[in-house]
Amino acid sequence: MNVNQHTPMASPYGQPQPSFGQPGYAPLDGSYPAPYAPYNGPASAYQPGAPPQGPVRGPPTSGPPPVSAPQQYNQYSQSQGSMQNGPPPPTQAPPRPAVSQPYNQGAMNLSGPHPSYPQHYGPPSTMQQVTNQMTGMQITSGPPTAAGPGYAPPHSSQPPVSTGYSAAPQASYTQAPPPVSSAPTQPPPPSGPAAPQQYYSGPPPSSQQPFNSSLPPTSQQQQQFTSSVPPHPPPQQTLPPSSYSGPVPTQSQPPVPPVSQAQQSFPTPQPPFSSAPPPVSQSSFATGPPPSAPGSFPPQGPPPSSQPGSFPPPGPPLTSAPSCQYPGPMPPQQQPPPSQPSPYHSGHHPPRPQMPPTSMAQSNHLPPGPQGPAGPPGPLQQPPSQPGMQTGYPPQQNGAFGQVRGPQPGYSGPYPGQPNYGAPAPAPPAQKRLDPDAIPSPIQVIEDDKAKTTEPFTTGVRGQAPPLVTTNFQVQDQGNASPRFIRCTAYNMPCTADMAKQSQVPLAAVIKPLATLPPDEAPPLVVDHGESGPIRCNRCKAYMCPYMQFIEGGRRFQCGFCSCVTEVPPHYFQHLDHTGKRVDCYDRPELSLGSYEFLATVDYCKNNKLPPPPAFIFLIDVSYNAVKSGMVNIVCQELKTLLDCLPRENPEVESAVRVGFVTYNKVLHFYNVKSSLAQPQMMVVSDVSDMFVPLLDGFLVNVNESRQVIESLLDQIPEMFADTRETETVFGPVIQAGLEALKAADCAGKLFVFHTSLPIAEAPGKLKNREDKKLIGTDKEKSLFQPQVGFYSSLAKECVAQGCCVDLFLFPNQYVDVATLAVVPVSTGGSVYKYTYFQAQSDQERFLNDLRRDVQKLVGFDAVMRVRTSTGIRATDFFGSFYMSNTTDVELAGLDCDKAITVEFKHDDKLSEETGALMQCAVLYTSCSGQRRLRVHNMAVNCCSQLADLYRNCETDTIINYFSKYAFRGVLSNPTKAVRETLVNQCAQILACYRKNCASPSSAGQLILPECMKLLPVYLNCVLKSDVLLPGADVSLDDRAYLRQLISCMDVAESHVFFYPRLLPVMKLESGSLPVAVRDSEERLSKGGVYLLETGLHLFLWVGASVQQELLLNIFGTPSFSQIDSNVTSLPVLDNPISQALRELIYSFRAQRSRYMKLMVVKQEDRAELIFRHFLVEDKSASGGASYVDFLCHMHKEIRQLLS
Amino acid sequence: MTTYQEFIQQNEDRDGVRFSWNLWPSSRLEATRLVVPVSCLFTPLKERPNLPPVQYEPVLCSRANCKAVLNPLCQVDFRAKIWACNFCFQRNPFPPSYAGISDVNQPAELMPQFSTIEYIVQRGPAAPLIFLYVVDTCLEEEDLQALKESLQMSLSLLPPNALVGLITFGRMVQVHELSCEGIAKSYVFRGTKDLTAKQIQEMLGLTKPAVTGQQGRPLAPQDAAATCKFLQPVHRVDMNLTDLLGELQRDPWPVPQGKRPLRSTGVALSVAVGLLEGTFPNTGARVMLFIGGPPTQGPGMVVGDELKTPIRSWHDIQKDNARHLKKATKYYEALANRSATNGHSIDIYACALDQTGLLEMKCLSNLTGGHIVMGDSFNTSLFKQTFQRVFSKDYNGDFRMAFGGVLEVKTSRELKVSGAIGPCVSLNSKSPCVSENELGIGGTSQWKVCGLNPSTTLGIYFEVVNQHNAPVPQGGRGAVQFVTQYQHSNTQRRIRVTTIARNLCPSIHSPDESSYYRHHFVRQDLTQSLIMIQPILYSYSFHGPPEPVLLDSSSILPDRILLMDTFFQLVIYHGETIAQWRKAGYQEMAEYENFKQLLQAPLDDAQEILQTRFPMPRYIDTEHGGSQARFLLSKVNPSQTHNNLYAWGQETGAPILTDDVSLQVFMDHLKKLAVSSSA
Repeated sequence: MNVNQHTPMASPYGQPQPSFGQPGYAPLDGSYPAPYAPYNGPASAYQPGAPPQGPVRGPPTSGPPPVSAPQQYNQYSQSQGSMQNGPPPPTQAPPRPAVSQPYNQGAMNLSGPHPSYPQHYGPPSTMQQVTNQMTGMQITSGPPTAAGPGYAPPHSSQPPVSTGYSAAPQASYTQAPPPVSSAPTQPPPPSGPAAPQQYYSGPPPSSQQPFNSSLPPTSQQQQQFTSSVPPHPPPQQTLPPSSYSGPVPTQSQPPVPPVSQAQQSFPTPQPPFSSAPPPVSQSSFATGPPPSAPGSFPPQGPPPSSQPGSFPPPGPPLTSAPSCQYPGPMPPQQQPPPSQPSPYHSGHHPPRPQMPPTSMAQSNHLPPGPQGPAGPPGPLQQPPSQPGMQTGYPPQQNGAFGQVRGPQPGYSGPYPGQPNYGAPAPAPPAQKRLDPDAIPSPIQVIEDDKAKTTEPFTTGVRGQAPPLVTTNFQVQDQGNASPRFIRCTAYNMPCTADMAKQSQVPLAAVIKPLATLPPDEAPPLVVDHGESGPIRCNRCKAYMCPYMQFIEGGRRFQCGFCSCVTEVPPHYFQHLDHTGKRVDCYDRPELSLGSYEFLATVDYCKNNKLPPPPAFIFLIDVSYNAVKSGMVNIVCQELKTLLDCLPRENPEVESAVRVGFVTYNKVLHFYNVKSSLAQPQMMVVSDVSDMFVPLLDGFLVNVNESRQVIESLLDQIPEMFADTRETETVFGPVIQAGLEALKAADCAGKLFVFHTSLPIAEAPGKLKNREDKKLIGTDKEKSLFQPQVGFYSSLAKECVAQGCCVDLFLFPNQYVDVATLAVVPVSTGGSVYKYTYFQAQSDQERFLNDLRRDVQKLVGFDAVMRVRTSTGIRATDFFGSFYMSNTTDVELAGLDCDKAITVEFKHDDKLSEETGALMQCAVLYTSCSGQRRLRVHNMAVNCCSQLADLYRNCETDTIINYFSKYAFRGVLSNPTKAVRETLVNQCAQILACYRKNCASPSSAGQLILPECMKLLPVYLNCVLKSDVLLPGADVSLDDRAYLRQLISCMDVAESHVFFYPRLLPVMKLESGSLPVAVRDSEERLSKGGVYLLETGLHLFLWVGASVQQELLLNIFGTPSFSQIDSNVTSLPVLDNPISQALRELIYSFRAQRSRYMKLMVVKQEDRAELIFRHFLVEDKSASGGASYVDFLCHMHKEIRQLLS
Repeated sequence: MTTYQEFIQQNEDRDGVRFSWNLWPSSRLEATRLVVPVSCLFTPLKERPNLPPVQYEPVLCSRANCKAVLNPLCQVDFRAKIWACNFCFQRNPFPPSYAGISDVNQPAELMPQFSTIEYIVQRGPAAPLIFLYVVDTCLEEEDLQALKESLQMSLSLLPPNALVGLITFGRMVQVHELSCEGIAKSYVFRGTKDLTAKQIQEMLGLTKPAVTGQQGRPLAPQDAAATCKFLQPVHRVDMNLTDLLGELQRDPWPVPQGKRPLRSTGVALSVAVGLLEGTFPNTGARVMLFIGGPPTQGPGMVVGDELKTPIRSWHDIQKDNARHLKKATKYYEALANRSATNGHSIDIYACALDQTGLLEMKCLSNLTGGHIVMGDSFNTSLFKQTFQRVFSKDYNGDFRMAFGGVLEVKTSRELKVSGAIGPCVSLNSKSPCVSENELGIGGTSQWKVCGLNPSTTLGIYFEVVNQHNAPVPQGGRGAVQFVTQYQHSNTQRRIRVTTIARNLCPSIHSPDESSYYRHHFVRQDLTQSLIMIQPILYSYSFHGPPEPVLLDSSSILPDRILLMDTFFQLVIYHGETIAQWRKAGYQEMAEYENFKQLLQAPLDDAQEILQTRFPMPRYIDTEHGGSQARFLLSKVNPSQTHNNLYAWGQETGAPILTDDVSLQVFMDHLKKLAVSSSA
């Protein structure tokens, strides 16, 4: 890449420069501004551009970045902060001019790297990311121009140019303003756009041609849109990229120019900026430098907000800084530092400029473009706002964090090519600490993605990466499964095993077969192929899907997976149209959609008999602890109403699910609740060594028929055991009982077990307390994660055979051995909920919400999942809550809408770029009404023979999902330390491979990250620091085991927020809009602020010590910090907008998660803050986990070791 | 002086003892020559309306291995206040409470008319009676309903303080908790698994540690009993239990075609025995088992659940082809022994058209003194009235049942005890008076008789041990003392002592039926036993008052009404002519009032028998040619068969279709043998 890039870059640069950068550069001093301006312009322009689209968009999109900035501002620089916090649009406008730079910079820094890349590549982003990158550059430049206007003010001189660009970018971005934008775009872009267009045309041939061809306009538009959307992000992303990648290259090239500009304002800081900067640089350049840069900078600088802060202190090092630090030791770095600043600046500028140019060039030179791939697409994408979109691409290049030694020296060099990518690590000198703002910011990436996602995501295009899980978007199924069902780590898989091995990028998909769709997306349609069942390939048994090619006039079809030709049964025959498509293609979901369901015939049923409706059995611990904690009472009360909410497919019809009840301590009590009884009857089974079900008739009943008896029972249970003194419990027999009951009724079903203590009573599955903290950290630690006895594993097997899913609710006061108790739930597709030290008053709400959701949620039973793939790859490993008796069939006694299964693929042959890689996930299950069905999800991804394509189409969130599951399973068989090392190594290899094969050559001291993976280090660090892999002293073994199993069935959205919690400032909430999150670091918190942090499991409201009285009054109803009751679990209902908005926000958070999050109010400097700090994952953790900055340095070192 | 016959009758009336020989042989040699052993039938609780119990405890011989009770045969020195034991000749001082004793102020036990005397023991807590119903729910709806009603009715017959418990079983075994309100609770056991007593007690939560608990509230052992959830005083759970019985459903588990219902009788009994063992050892208790079919699963299984496999017949048993027989028998024997050891008796009420496995289960009742009642259905008066009669009361208003009896036999030196036959088990008490030659249950001088009623009679066998060369001097007397300790139905512990002296005895059925008959045979007194051996036949006619007639086919005449009592059956047989008249309705006509009376006479007599007999006999009213006439025809001596022509077709009686020989033929043959030289 690098090389290619370089060359192309250089050349492109040159070229582009002329058009974009050069002008800008030229101005460098003078002309530079122009280029910057343009760039910046874009950024700013975007925002401004927004206007055209409608203030809304502009603001929102741009909003995010600004917000972040604002936050920073708020935190650090109040003035701007407030401004920005305020209404995005206005803020932006005003702040920008003045502060904009900092902002941008901040943004830049954070996203900086992205931006630059994005810009360069970014533009192309969308589908044609690769090309886009190239284009991105241009686009970036384009955008900049657009931004120009915004910033224009600053760059008075450049404005014109920028405007031109801006116009273009805007157009592209704006899509919203389609007309205008489009118009503008085209016109302005002349140079850029033109190229892009050409590229477009050109690109099509590459990979995206189809798209283009098919949807040339649309695609473009889309792209543009995307790009347009991206623009915002792009700026950030691009910036970041640029900053990263930029840094290096930047440094070299940009150094001068940027330096000049940026430096002016922020001598040192800029470097960081620059690194991060590209975006920043842009903005900064645009606004920063020229206009008020100085003034604004200072403030910013101090604020340390993201950018400023970082700049000033660590200064320039930023990205480089990290590298610097690491490199720190390294002499080279130091060297660079001195000059770095300037390099940075210059670098920045250059990079971007270059980028654009490069991209341009690349686009032009498609072939030459090192980023060849990127290049080509770039062009296409370029025109659009792809830059933004393609952030991904740019990042790759941009990723460079390393100090920019080269930059400086290479200054000139950089210009030519790399400047864009490499972010110089100038700061070497004084910087002992890397500037956190200079390193890739998750927030920035998230916000960028949000900003660029304005259109529904259509799944028709193969290999198209969906928006991030943090982005709200709509999905249109056009032949591939929605990302809500399947997300892949890579949307462009390497063709060969060698490539895959070389890159070490895991090829995996996270599949959530029964995922709940938002109301505006239609659930999978049901297809009935009649008595003979679904049509399937004769050989591989793949189900009819859009990948089946009909031939011979429609009389046969060729399987897309195994190429076998199968006769079309007469009843399914249909003529083909002139394109070879069946005439009824769009009338049949299985021929046109990615996801649908087949009605299964008896051949797909156990014993060739249609299944009866499933049953729910509630098994309640009534031992002393259970009664005393209030659990028994709560459960019984709740069940009375909950039983009306049993899952049903048609809300009009009463649920077919039957229910049964069991209570237990060391013996079991079954209840006969037959409708004909006046009173329920209790049947005690004490023979727990050989469990059986004492009754048949009257145990499983229809709720409505037996309502009176059931209610009587639920009223009496708490009374009956109110005075119990029994403290011992059994567990194995409890599950056996439920299992036997289902067996007796010959149906599948779900057990809800409410359990409190370690089952020490004499019975099968009896456990000992084996919690031994001394084992932690030793080679024997793994045994603590393994089940204590083999009993539960074999029990689980029996459960699966019967379709008996077990959900476990734990209420422990001490060690209960979750590792062992969870075996059955985990193997049966069930869930485990844990309420340690459960107290009715404070935990009731959480428990009840979880219970309600768990009971009501859509669930399938007795399921078997099979993933079929194209010849060439094969599903080899599976992670999740299920059981496997062979290597291909994932058996799930129960499968609910929250369960995801991560599937890893390995090559067993070559894939072809032409056909891509197909996968089909078919899940056979029994619905809650007892219908046997097959849910089919199809997914096609591209295949590549260039590593760069792989790196350009990865999704880090999904990779992290895979890594975490892989690692958390690894602790079962390996010392945790080894697991951690494995993770670090693989990650280092991935990045090193990129650096070696895809990035433009640059100094070894430079850290270059692929755009798509620039967050890999920060997220991976979060995984490494998790309680499972690196427990603090206060983390119990049970907690770790609990988390371990919890992760195993998380989807990407859940694992993302789990590892990188969402932290929102809520000082200035407005109903209906979400504030931009801040990074999970203590230094991002303002003493005067209030923040909401959510992890999917926990929800904290952190209150700064010097929060304004008014805010406290509004939120807590008390003016005094000291009077805030940190024991409350809900906020008082106050009639003011802030309170209302905050409560709405909390409500919406909870609604998004599969588990209810109990609210914890944490006051600054309170003891509880320790818990809270645990979730500030960018900081050093109490248990010894590295801070983000430190880890990044460490990662850099690892990579360098691999490279050397 | 009364006749010898009267003497015997008096003795039996007073002491419940009837000896095979009332003059005992003086030496072992002579005894062996008698062929019929020296033995007696002893009815321990012979009803004695004129025998008020004394309110103090018996005075015992102080010799450790004697402990005979002071009795009228003892020599007493009123001045020295010393008495000599008539068994071991130990001289014993009277206890202080007898200080006022004198020639004219003698305690009852010294008076000759008190050769049988009953003491009330004041020691220990009064133990309530315990009734544990063990109910089979694999019954036809109609049967179950009838049984439920009988059980509900029985609650009103129980003394209010009696403890009652309920176990039901089918495929599973349920022990019902009776103390609870609201929810009906029961403990359930799998019907296929044999459990030890300890396991059962643990599972029922009866083990001490569990009850005592860690809660620092240790319960006294008695409390454990008092708090047993499964056995509660009738007066407290009356309503509950009535409802519970009312709600009792047939076993809900589906019975596939071609299968028998799964009936866990074995485990149910095991649980019942275990429950009582754990809560009320050595306290009188009655397990009442109601079954409607054979055990089909688990330990004690008699036949599998496949209908195509019929239950064992005599034929199978002879061919050693009854695969479950031995195992099941052994299982029930073990249970019976455990139950007997704890003083609990087990009744079996088996009502089914087919066999129910009494053959295997018989020992449950035989060893524990329980009843066995066999009928066709619970919905018959045979069962209903018999069951009611279990709770019949005596002149004092007390139940005619006693529990936990221990019978000890002491003999004077001339005799030793060889054994006993009857509803008892050995207590393995090796006293000097135990003979080495066992007859019946021997090797002991003490037997446990868990369930007793006034008619319970045991055969006791003795051995004369005097050597021929040292005969008892003329006029010497041998003495036997029967000491019966038992729990009276009014919860008192009592001891009845009978001391006697003599100057120096006692057909084709299904295996179950045979067991049943034998069961009753070994525990009835002589008269009743003889009825079982040779039924009584009365003839009613216009020719005169009812007269006993020969149990012979020749007695079956057309103008007679016959009443046959076999103990188990009461058959009223209307001769051919009588039957025709009856059919013609003559009895309804005023002018044939005498015919009506004739018809009524045997009914009245039968009623009298029915009212006193336990178990209630099967009552059969039939006529010439009726299908039920077989009960009569199978008993009579076939003097006229289709084989002997001389009687055929004559008015002398009814021919019996059998190949059996008649008594006449038998006697002829016997005579021939008796006089033949080869003997």
